[in-house]
Amino acid sequence: MIIQTPDPVLEVHDLTVSYARKPVLWGIDFTLPAGSITGIVGPNGAGKSTLLKAIMGLIPLSSGYVKLFGEPLDTVRNRISYVPQRESVDWDFPVSVLDVVLMGRYGKMGLLGNPGRHDRDMALHCLEKVGMSAFAKRQISQLSGGQQQRVFLARALAQEADFYFMDEPFAGVDAATEQAIIDLLKDMAAAHKTIVVVHHDLQSARTYFDWIVLLNMRLVAAGPTEQVFTEVLVQQAYGGRLNLLSQVGDLMEKREFPAREN
Amino acid sequence: MIAFWIILTGALVAITCGLLGCFLVLRKMSMVGDAISHAVLPGIVIAFLLSGSREPLPMLLGAGATGLVATFLIAYFHRRAKLQTDAAIGVTFTFLFAIGIILISAFAGQVDIDQDCVLYGEIAYVPIDLWITASGTHLGPRPVYILSSVLLLVILFITLGYKQLKLTSFDPEFAAAIGISTSLWHYLLMGAVSLTTVSSFESVGAILVIAFLIGPPATAYLLTRDLRQMLWITTGLGVFIAFTGYWLAYWLNASIAGCMAMVVGVCFLAAFVRYRVTTGAKTVLTSAA
Repeated sequence: MIIQTPDPVLEVHDLTVSYARKPVLWGIDFTLPAGSITGIVGPNGAGKSTLLKAIMGLIPLSSGYVKLFGEPLDTVRNRISYVPQRESVDWDFPVSVLDVVLMGRYGKMGLLGNPGRHDRDMALHCLEKVGMSAFAKRQISQLSGGQQQRVFLARALAQEADFYFMDEPFAGVDAATEQAIIDLLKDMAAAHKTIVVVHHDLQSARTYFDWIVLLNMRLVAAGPTEQVFTEVLVQQAYGGRLNLLSQVGDLMEKREFPAREN
Repeated sequence: MIAFWIILTGALVAITCGLLGCFLVLRKMSMVGDAISHAVLPGIVIAFLLSGSREPLPMLLGAGATGLVATFLIAYFHRRAKLQTDAAIGVTFTFLFAIGIILISAFAGQVDIDQDCVLYGEIAYVPIDLWITASGTHLGPRPVYILSSVLLLVILFITLGYKQLKLTSFDPEFAAAIGISTSLWHYLLMGAVSLTTVSSFESVGAILVIAFLIGPPATAYLLTRDLRQMLWITTGLGVFIAFTGYWLAYWLNASIAGCMAMVVGVCFLAAFVRYRVTTGAKTVLTSAA
């Protein structure tokens, strides 16, 4: 089931991506409305991160096209923000927290520009929004997983974009950080920013997102959460594996086990 | 005066290599520097055979071209055949270096380069390689002029491209997402490494070039957690190593390049011990608390 939106800010049309001639994403076709928080949900290896990278032009497309705000990516790049997976960078790299957040301003500086006073103020302001102002001078090697994710988020905020793509922002972060991030995302959506999040936790997906893209190499469903996030469609995306998963999930909910570490 | 020219040459090479080496170390590409420093050899020989002289310009062009060919081949084997990067490096640079050696030995009569010189260099001859103008004025050693210009170019490159070099080293995906071409900066950096290598190796040899490319940055990496400081410490270390290395060689009556490379290693060991002691102390503190 694919529910299209009349005035989309993101249009993915018949997108196919292959690695070494083996397709990992097949004919993906959906649209997203402005001001929505969308979760890309699917099992491991479904191509969730690949879809994000394909939209961001980080990997070549075998076919299809992507339009953001009705334009190709290159013409609207400064309105788009991308938050890679936390594990994709070396956190021993010799830079401070403020340095990393300032990188979010690079796109606005041009080829030879250097961060000025306004950029620094902006970066500090963004650190404040994620509750990390006390860490501005800290070396990034001294941060916990949740703090690293907050720094990445602050860098994205510093970009002052209209569209945010986030790859697994909730992976391996503490409960407090997860709540802080989701609150922030809701504020951003209220300010008419569009947010797309790669997510792997089915339990929280229903409450976090108002639009869902269910993916398993092919597009299983895309649309508003209440219409798309049904047992039948989720089952279809996860194949037979969901039975066991949902049983464990129900069990944990009933006994109030913490669903995740920390 | 001889001591001054030799130390100056050593310091110039050490600083140029070290500044670029910082980015190689942070990109986990130290061995690419190794590869380029060897792979430029055939380019130099071919440039020499074509131009018939040891003028710096054809040499730099020839070496720069083969240096880039080497990095391109490494990336190509890695991407197209899924060969591990280190294996791709190993195959590529030994192959290119071998071609260079064969060219030298085949045209031994015509080529004014010998194999020992390529590997170990002869920094002691720098003061007699003078730049004499048409009117007969001595302007000091030729390599000092070449190396100073290359150092200036490298400093210019790093100052202007600091932002891009830092970002593409730290988070290439984010860099690409905001429209900074990671492959453009990769090849610019590799071009700079090729240029540096070829202008340095005539005076100091391939081994010392590698020592300077990796040793001081690795040492500085252990001493600081700030990129700017890392570049400054590398620069300071370069001067210190050239100075101590020269006097050690003078005192032992041994190879100057060898002594400089050894001081590089000693500096690294000292930084390593300091790192172990300070992080060890921190571990004790946190476990006590």
